[in-house]
Amino acid sequence: MREKILDRSTLDTALLARLDAYIDSLKGDKQEQLIHVLHKAQELFGHLPHNLQLYVAHALGLSGARVNGVVTFYSFFNEEPVGKYVTSVCMGTACFVKGADKVLERTLNLLGTKKGEMSPDGLFTVKDIRCIGACGLAPVVTINEKVYGKVKVGQIDDILSRYRGEKRAD
Amino acid sequence: MKLIDKMIQCKINGITVNVEAGSTVLDAAEKAGIHVPTLCHLDLHDVGIVNQNANCRVCMVEDEKRGTLVPSCAEKVTDGMRIQTDSLKAVMARRTSLELLLSNHPQDCLTCVKNLDCELQSLAYEMNIKEIHYHGEKMSHPKDLTSRGITKDTNKCIMCRRCVTMCDEVQTVGVLSPLKRGFDVVVATAFHLDLGQTSCTYCGQCVSVCPTGALAEMNDAPKVWRALNDKQNHVVVQVAPAVRVAVGEMFGYAPGEISTGKVVSGLRRLGFDKVFDTNFAADLTIIEEANELINRIETGGTLPMLTSCCPAWVQFIEAQFPELLSVPSSCKSPQQMMGAVTKSYYADKTGIDPKDIVMVSIMPCVAKKAEAAREEFNRQGLQDVDFVLTTREFSRMLKEAAIDFKKLPEESFDELLGESTGAATIFGTTGGVIEAATRTAYEMVTGKELKDVNFKQMRGLEGIREAQVEVGDVTLRIGIAHELGNARKLLESIRDGKNHFDAIEIMACPGGCIGGGGQPYHHGNTDILKKRQQALYKLDGAMKKRKSHENDMVMKLYEDYLEKPGSPKAHELLHTTYSTKARI
Ligand code: FES
Ligand code: FES
Repeated sequence: MREKILDRSTLDTALLARLDAYIDSLKGDKQEQLIHVLHKAQELFGHLPHNLQLYVAHALGLSGARVNGVVTFYSFFNEEPVGKYVTSVCMGTACFVKGADKVLERTLNLLGTKKGEMSPDGLFTVKDIRCIGACGLAPVVTINEKVYGKVKVGQIDDILSRYRGEKRAD
Repeated sequence: MKLIDKMIQCKINGITVNVEAGSTVLDAAEKAGIHVPTLCHLDLHDVGIVNQNANCRVCMVEDEKRGTLVPSCAEKVTDGMRIQTDSLKAVMARRTSLELLLSNHPQDCLTCVKNLDCELQSLAYEMNIKEIHYHGEKMSHPKDLTSRGITKDTNKCIMCRRCVTMCDEVQTVGVLSPLKRGFDVVVATAFHLDLGQTSCTYCGQCVSVCPTGALAEMNDAPKVWRALNDKQNHVVVQVAPAVRVAVGEMFGYAPGEISTGKVVSGLRRLGFDKVFDTNFAADLTIIEEANELINRIETGGTLPMLTSCCPAWVQFIEAQFPELLSVPSSCKSPQQMMGAVTKSYYADKTGIDPKDIVMVSIMPCVAKKAEAAREEFNRQGLQDVDFVLTTREFSRMLKEAAIDFKKLPEESFDELLGESTGAATIFGTTGGVIEAATRTAYEMVTGKELKDVNFKQMRGLEGIREAQVEVGDVTLRIGIAHELGNARKLLESIRDGKNHFDAIEIMACPGGCIGGGGQPYHHGNTDILKKRQQALYKLDGAMKKRKSHENDMVMKLYEDYLEKPGSPKAHELLHTTYSTKARI
């Protein structure tokens, strides 16, 4: 495991060069801008594998533990590759009271995957997230940018199939 | 001119107290003579260490005017504030916080390493907790028993983050951090690596401040018991200087009690065949190190030369400053020199097969365990040192053997590797190694007698200190740092050419080895460190010989075996190399 984390050879050098250029362009205290750097890294690489996190840590002179702490704090950041459609089920109080746990369970069952892991067809990654501030619509599910409100367990299959119909991008 | 700090007034349980603006309610309560229980809070400001993130909520008190509860360790006093620490509301809030912590804590105190030395346990007693009213999900993490120094049982973690403060802010090693959020929060290494896979230095300062049994030293006592019970073995033990001024605390003596003689007799009763003094090897180290320093100065070698006795410091520089690996002295630490000399010179003299010798060390240090295991310290298939016990583990062995420490007689170290000077004694404190080296270097260079051996400017507890000493016609510029964060500052200033020194002493722990990660727990009381330090200087002052090169047994070792300082034989046995380590 240690060797894999230290090994940079699996990281695309062209993308790393772009990340380096981004870090170089930052003004002021770079360590303070860790979150921006991680955003950029995820935008470039799609997700933040451990060796990339350590790369960022070394580039900014931070500890690996600190960077990993920030990455695992925000549900926005993905340590694992994500599917084409990031499906987030809000687990905030209002949504939870309205049965978000059942919605989550059903979604995972239908896709045959686990929380945070990519579905076998590579299309979906399901996450549970904190309140997104749309409590009036509870329970809320978002798929990429699209928001679904007052979701009933029975509707989930239908919602997912709209995405399944599409061809995979790659 | 320093402006006089503004004083403000408040009332704690009706008692009026005046405090400086910026003080916490806890400070004010203390001034009023009122005790408020705390847990996550840790204040070692004497050595520049404060953990104040107010997350355990065990210190809640009531702000009467606002009618709200506030964490006393973090809440700042405001003028006219009225605090009640013993209202029902405050007491119940504290109980609730503690019960919630206990509800997510394994209830295995009887067999826990920290039994009777645990701050969580003491609080449960102090707050008279007889029942835990909350039951819910519990953490379930695997134990990490893989490293050569430190064990981590995350299920016992109460998220106080003292260890993170030590590792990240004080030592700037940054191996530990909180990961995830909410109930899933865990204090862990990056990517949940085993500690042994990270750049942990094993300084053990996380262990020193952990209030529970979540972090502890690897228990090597069973291996030592086994070695002692094998008739084939000739088991030799060495004791580091800082142990003798701290071990008494484990048996009810006041901090700073000097128990050298009892330590020796206690070790004999445990069954060790020979009891040697690490101080002997410290004198030996000084001679090799002073010789190396003079050599480097005369031949235009790398300067400054950094001391290399502290294994946590060595691990640190290997991972954090790989570009500076030519600056540490090539001398092994006293622990390793003692091992090497025992398995060569002593074996030769006594005719004992080195393979039958088991070398055990009693150290104030956790990092010494990892040091002993380094592959650089293997000669012909034998490690210089086989097992390392901390001061705490040694005390526990004595208790296990039902030895009454207070009743032990005073005995002396064994011949051959048992003599030492005052210079060696002060190896246990920050500033001591370089003071000892200066005493010897002075006489080596000038050929004249050094009249006053006390270099007061090198002593103290300041994080970074500097001193200049005239040695013949050269001025030695000396730097001293303890705690790795201070070492980092000093190293950066050298690397960037901002500061110039000839010799630098670095010790990883606050106060040096007296504050080592393997010492009896200080539970946040820095006076204990000061007492231990004073005891070492007292020991030094009381010695007739206070310069390492006056150690007759060491001189005999050179005469009979090593020839002279820096000889090929000395290099083979007493010197080592360093290599770059990954930073994770
Ligand atoms: S609880 Fe789900 S949007 Fe607020
Ligand atoms: S001691 Fe104050 S919150 Fe922990």
